[in-house]
Amino acid sequence: MPVLARSFEKAGFSTILVTPMPYWAEMVGTPRTLAIAFPFGHTLGRPGDEKLQHSVISEALDVLENADSTGTIVHSEKTWPQNTQEAIKSWQPEEPSPIIAELAPKFREMLRQRNQPK
Amino acid sequence: MPVDSFQYLPRLIATFYQMTEHEPEHPIPWTPLPRPISECKFSLVTSGGIYHKDIDPPFDLDRERNQPTWGDPSYRALPINISQTEIGVSHLHLNTEDVLQDMNILLPIQPFQELVEAGKVGALAEHAYSFMGFQGYPPDTTEWQNTYAPEVAGKMKTEGVDCVFLTPA
Repeated sequence: MPVLARSFEKAGFSTILVTPMPYWAEMVGTPRTLAIAFPFGHTLGRPGDEKLQHSVISEALDVLENADSTGTIVHSEKTWPQNTQEAIKSWQPEEPSPIIAELAPKFREMLRQRNQPK
Repeated sequence: MPVDSFQYLPRLIATFYQMTEHEPEHPIPWTPLPRPISECKFSLVTSGGIYHKDIDPPFDLDRERNQPTWGDPSYRALPINISQTEIGVSHLHLNTEDVLQDMNILLPIQPFQELVEAGKVGALAEHAYSFMGFQGYPPDTTEWQNTYAPEVAGKMKTEGVDCVFLTPA
């Protein structure tokens, strides 16, 4: 999605990206980013939590309004109200995605080899 | 504390990401805010795979199932008065339960309508735009960059948009 932010910015719009993955935003190079430590699929908060959604949006709009140079990444202080292991489990699909199902065995083998003592 | 991009990723998927090489393209584009946001018109864009149920087709998940290294690069335009019961979500990389309960966690139509009413944001564009974030492995965003983003940008221009609010899934 950082690629889309760049495309729209280039087309003449002022963009703000809210993302749990500033790593990717930085690697691709996005104009204005609010990084937030929320699980995937929950960029603006929990379902039904209007207060939290408004609060994240408000932080993002502050970045949009106040960033004075391109490549600005602001890290939100907000934390997710669920422990990390539960959150990792709950955002993922019940069945692994097709690419994970296909590549997981290869990656596991690769990680196994990498972790073997030299 | 800086946000840890890998906090919520199982180790396997984190490895996928870390093995994906990408050269940052410089310069990073920049369009200064043309006026205070209380006078700006916003377009909302998500990559959550949301579509207008019974009106538009879902994203092409069948092809992705048959060809796991491919992800549907197309987009859907959503009327801004779309209701929760009218949306579908096609995304094989997420548990879609929560967004099907409240789309505002990825496509914040309701909060933005409230911001417009409160005078904090100028206006909301007539359409929001939805993509499906998985663009293959290794990721290939050529179609986004060359075809679909310019098409959406053209529509936004027609709608008089100033700012784009992007929420990936």
